[in-house]
Amino acid sequence: MFLKKYLSDIFSAVASLLKGMRMTGYYFTHRKEIITQNYPDNPELMKLPERFRGEVVMPHDENNEHACTGCTACELACPNATIKIITKFDISPDGKKKKALDTFIYHLELCTMCNLCVVACPTDAIKMAQNFEHSVFDRSKLTKKLNAPGSKIREGIE
Amino acid sequence: MFSLEGITKSIDRWLNSTFHPTLALLLEFLIVGLCAITLFAVLGLVLVLMERKVSAYMQIRRGPNRVGPGGSLQTVADTIKLTMKEGLTPDGADKFLFNLAPFVVLTVAMLVLAPIAFAKGFQLWDINIGVLYISAVSSVSIIGILMAGWASNNKYSLLGAMRSGAQIVSYELSAGLSIISMVVLTGSLQISDIIASQQNGWWIFKGHIPAIIAFVIFIIAVTAETNRAPFDLAEAESELTAGFHTEYSGMKFALFFLAEYVNIFIVCAIGATLFFGGWMPLHIGNWTGFNHIMDYIPSSIWFLGKTFFLIFLIMWFRWTFPRLRIDQLLNLEWKYLFPISMFNLLLITVMAIMGWHF
Repeated sequence: MFLKKYLSDIFSAVASLLKGMRMTGYYFTHRKEIITQNYPDNPELMKLPERFRGEVVMPHDENNEHACTGCTACELACPNATIKIITKFDISPDGKKKKALDTFIYHLELCTMCNLCVVACPTDAIKMAQNFEHSVFDRSKLTKKLNAPGSKIREGIE
Repeated sequence: MFSLEGITKSIDRWLNSTFHPTLALLLEFLIVGLCAITLFAVLGLVLVLMERKVSAYMQIRRGPNRVGPGGSLQTVADTIKLTMKEGLTPDGADKFLFNLAPFVVLTVAMLVLAPIAFAKGFQLWDINIGVLYISAVSSVSIIGILMAGWASNNKYSLLGAMRSGAQIVSYELSAGLSIISMVVLTGSLQISDIIASQQNGWWIFKGHIPAIIAFVIFIIAVTAETNRAPFDLAEAESELTAGFHTEYSGMKFALFFLAEYVNIFIVCAIGATLFFGGWMPLHIGNWTGFNHIMDYIPSSIWFLGKTFFLIFLIMWFRWTFPRLRIDQLLNLEWKYLFPISMFNLLLITVMAIMGWHF
């Protein structure tokens, strides 16, 4: 009984080791499986994964309009105070006061790319970009203003 | 036909006819020493590059690809970098032993090179106890490792060295037993006899399943003896930073690194000699036509091909298997490899006595 367990242990061990070696042997002989890319050589051929998170951006459409209502949900969701939202009050044509975005300040140097702000946004105003070449010589360049100058909120977004 | 034997013979004849025999012998010593050092340097460069490329492809990466065509000069650049670094000796270290240790390890690797047959008639020293000499001298390298670990005055180094000691001492047993089982089949300890006995087929084919088991045990044991993953507890980057060579830098570190790779080459050369016939071309029984065709490939190519195949196998192990824990390591040796190799030795002895092998 003991001998049977001893031998079966050896056989299962050898079988599982061979299984592992078959996997690495397959990768060794199949170069098309290589997932790394020659980075600085081919910046335009780079294929980044869809879910790669480089930095937070705010997309603007052709009329220089964004979808941010200034609700500060992202600011509250951010775990390390990367986002600071300054709001203002717009006067609508019919004389009502309405809260709106003034400046969306984004500290790239503090951001951990956790994606919580994008998840928290009720209007999908911000998203993660694929750009990852962030190195600069001056730290202050990493503090960004995400809403373009003169931009305003798109009609119909509450 | 190209043969290294002819070159060495003609050099020997020329030296002996030009100089006094004693002077000729001394000159030959010098040439052999230079050749050994050159071989070491080339092996270090080639094997490190091979390891990095093999590991990269097995891990779906590209590996070094910047320096030289396809990254082929990467190790040259690394060596130049290492030679330019400061060889630091820590304050609390035992200075003499600390600086001696890398040379002990490298000297042992050089000594083991002596009885290895690189090609037909191309061997430094064909002593009649070749295999015994190899297994005796190769265990001296543990002294160098213990020396390095002790002299560094560092807990990691000492732990790594002690682990390495336990590991090499226990795995020497099963490596020795699988070597002995081949010696039983051959009936000689001399390397040239062992190779000559594989004239009509390599032992791994002639010795049936017991020879294959002996080969598997041999390759596991030598992987452990050279301190390579999955048995690299002596270095164990994740636990002991770098084990016994934590405190070494510059060229002294490079010597340890070089010795590791040269040791891999040597154990694979021994494995190729014992199980795959060394420089002996692939011969199948009495197929004279086939054997003649195989004889056209130079014996040095056969030897290097087999050795590099075994080196690739060991690298394949390293980049596939996870590292063992120290208790698992000793379990594997004392509960599995050692009893199996004892039993296997018995089987091979019976086989050799009854003449069951081809």
